Amino acid sequence: MATTLTKEQARTTARHAGPRRRSAGERPNWLGGAVGWLWLVIVIVPIYWIVITSFKSQSTYYAENPLVPPADPTLANYKMVIEANFIRYFLNSLVVAVGAVAPAVAVSFMAAYAIVRGSRGRFLRWTNSLFLMGLAIPLQATVIPIYLIIIRLHLYDTLLALILPSIAFAIPLSVLVLSNFIRDVPKELFESMRLDGATEWGTLWHLALPLTRPAVVTVTIYNALQIWNGFLLPLILTQSPDQRTLPLALWSFQGQYSINVPAVLASVVLTTLPILVLYVLGRRQLLAGLTAGFGK
Amino acid sequence: MSVVPIPARRDTSPAAAQGGRGAGLSWLAVPALVFFVGFGVIPLVGVLLLSFSSWDGLGDINFAGLESWRAVLSDPGLPHALWVTFLVMALSWLVQTPASILIGVFLAGHQRYRAVLAVLYFIPLLLSSAAIAITYKALLDPNFGLGAGLQIPFLVQDWLGEPVLAMGVVIFVVSWQYIPFHSLIYQGGVRQIPRSMYEAAEIDGAGRMRKFFSITLPQLKYTIITSSTLMVVGSLTFFDLIFVLTAGGPGDATRVLALDMYKRGFQANLMGPASAIACILVLVGLLMALLLRRLGGRDASASQMEGA
Repeated sequence: MATTLTKEQARTTARHAGPRRRSAGERPNWLGGAVGWLWLVIVIVPIYWIVITSFKSQSTYYAENPLVPPADPTLANYKMVIEANFIRYFLNSLVVAVGAVAPAVAVSFMAAYAIVRGSRGRFLRWTNSLFLMGLAIPLQATVIPIYLIIIRLHLYDTLLALILPSIAFAIPLSVLVLSNFIRDVPKELFESMRLDGATEWGTLWHLALPLTRPAVVTVTIYNALQIWNGFLLPLILTQSPDQRTLPLALWSFQGQYSINVPAVLASVVLTTLPILVLYVLGRRQLLAGLTAGFGK
Repeated sequence: MSVVPIPARRDTSPAAAQGGRGAGLSWLAVPALVFFVGFGVIPLVGVLLLSFSSWDGLGDINFAGLESWRAVLSDPGLPHALWVTFLVMALSWLVQTPASILIGVFLAGHQRYRAVLAVLYFIPLLLSSAAIAITYKALLDPNFGLGAGLQIPFLVQDWLGEPVLAMGVVIFVVSWQYIPFHSLIYQGGVRQIPRSMYEAAEIDGAGRMRKFFSITLPQLKYTIITSSTLMVVGSLTFFDLIFVLTAGGPGDATRVLALDMYKRGFQANLMGPASAIACILVLVGLLMALLLRRLGGRDASASQMEGA
């Protein structure tokens, strides 16, 4: 498992993999390297700028060189953002993300298992096609009827209004990635579970889930990212400041403090920080999972 | 991504040949189906029905026949929004695809760079579109942005105030956000190309360029289709980024279909015409996915299934 590798092990693996990959006569890829490093600069400069600027006071922001770190860094911007109900918005986002991702991954895993293990059934084939169709359709196009449904369910301006459609939007890609991974589990293992008298439910739980854990983690992080950063659903399905999630709060901060750029950027940092922590913890898993999940 | 260290062994039992007990599993797919039908399929049908109605978003929904469609189709704003949508789609594809392939190939080849890059490189994937849009708005501000601060005349332009520049900024910011993701997809694709093909080419004396164009690129065909499908369908949903960055402006220069739908529906309270726009959005998405499937012989979903 990628995450359980120690740094030393990872380095050793890399060292062994290096020379093997660079087979006889292969020179460094200068063009790719140049593009890669150039792109790194393009990615890093704005991020560096966000971080250093968020520690500047409004007056030094206008006076100083924008790429030089502040001489006297201040936490005032962060204090201001946190006092502007940030904790509330953070908790809202957390409730929506956890409330949507957990069921989305659970139902997607069950569906993916059924699609892979029972692909002979007409019902399952039809279900699979339906989910695949969902990939080709920009689901944002369905927000008007969703708005109507949420109003009719008397869920408008609640967090549940954000959770239910988010689950639906997460299903197509989750089923696709998970079923790809479940397909890679050797058939023999399923057969031996069956011979041991395990039920399908038991097989799903005790065999398929542990073996495809990297995929489950990938799908979980990917969906968490999508939902945490979601903007359109909160914009149209909630109204009161109390129900705001972070991206929407960010947007209203921007309106509120439009002249105070450092404060706005502090709120950008604060809204990104939780997901950044998750990324640092699950980076290997996420990157390995995404490369394998989409690269096929 | 199997982690099972079991040697492959062909099972010839009748049960395995039939693919196991299939029929009894259907119930496992029901919960996902319920959510997807409830908040995906029904709204999809609903958007078509609502396009034949007049609804202001609050009051009663009345059948209005073709009124909304007539209004939308005769509105000169529609061809413009369609044009802008296709422009964003095409330009962002043109910028992102070559860059993502180059970077993906690069990342697949060199372990020691990859470790350094992977930490910082994928941060744009983590930021919300709202955060990215807000950042670039501040960064490109002609009076207080990076250009003014560093006194670089080229950067001091009214980036979001000129139609052509604003479109350029949208394409750049979209690429900034998504190239890391697509280069990841290409990295995975490159990893699956058999080494033996390169070794054979080397024996024949092929250089790097030759190997790239004769092996890597053709072998990446299905990865290109997968990535392009995600890119193209994804570009139809660039609502939040454009909404926060330019709000469709200056004028209507960056008013894409998704934004058009939002503005008609939720700002002008014309849910009928907005639903008609949504139908067009769905149609464009499906047509583009079908077109890409034709080009590649199979679509993203099929390539995933057959590749497994």
